[in-house]
Amino acid sequence: MRITVHFFAVLRERAGKTTDTLDVSPGTTAATLYTSLFTEPRPPVGYAVNQAHAPGSTVLQDGDEVVFLPPIGGG
Amino acid sequence: MGFLSEQPLDVHAIEALVADPASGAILTFSGVARNSPAQGAGPAVVGLSYEAYTPMALAEMEKIEAELKERWPAARVAIGHRLGALSIGDVAVVIAVSAPHRAAAYEASRYAIEAFKTRVPIWKKEHYADGSAWVANRP
Repeated sequence: MRITVHFFAVLRERAGKTTDTLDVSPGTTAATLYTSLFTEPRPPVGYAVNQAHAPGSTVLQDGDEVVFLPPIGGG
Repeated sequence: MGFLSEQPLDVHAIEALVADPASGAILTFSGVARNSPAQGAGPAVVGLSYEAYTPMALAEMEKIEAELKERWPAARVAIGHRLGALSIGDVAVVIAVSAPHRAAAYEASRYAIEAFKTRVPIWKKEHYADGSAWVANRP
């Protein structure tokens, strides 16, 4: 199944791109997707699935949009 | 309502969005680009840049507005956040709240900015004379 990932801030710089489309296995969660893409030991502070905050344990579905949220700095 | 802007924020225009004949109080919070680093010690900050996950940022601002309306039904809120490159002294965020009386305006304003700083996906980079760093909000 295919999912879209958008990268922001420090993770955008680390990934070297703003977006990617990936084929992932059924059962992949937001957190396991992160560890498959980044070796950085410190995980993101949060995850977004389909433009809403979601736990890292969220099982991804075909067509989902995933963003790893670095520490927020707005406001 | 909430919005993001690459252009300088017009504080008075945002205040005007919450004007209401039934409101005796308008409270406006402006968050301003500061020359000292978020982490306390470190080199002087010479500029900031902000980037957002725009559709989710707008959705989170709508949720915060809905929570305000639930807790303070007579209050109205407008939130604007700047994106892109800011100079020291530039306004980064404006939260205008109107309410019939001042107590609700103060409470709702504080609720809105604290919720904003923990939930709305916007990121800040501090620029120094020599280098830059992504920085997180303090609790």
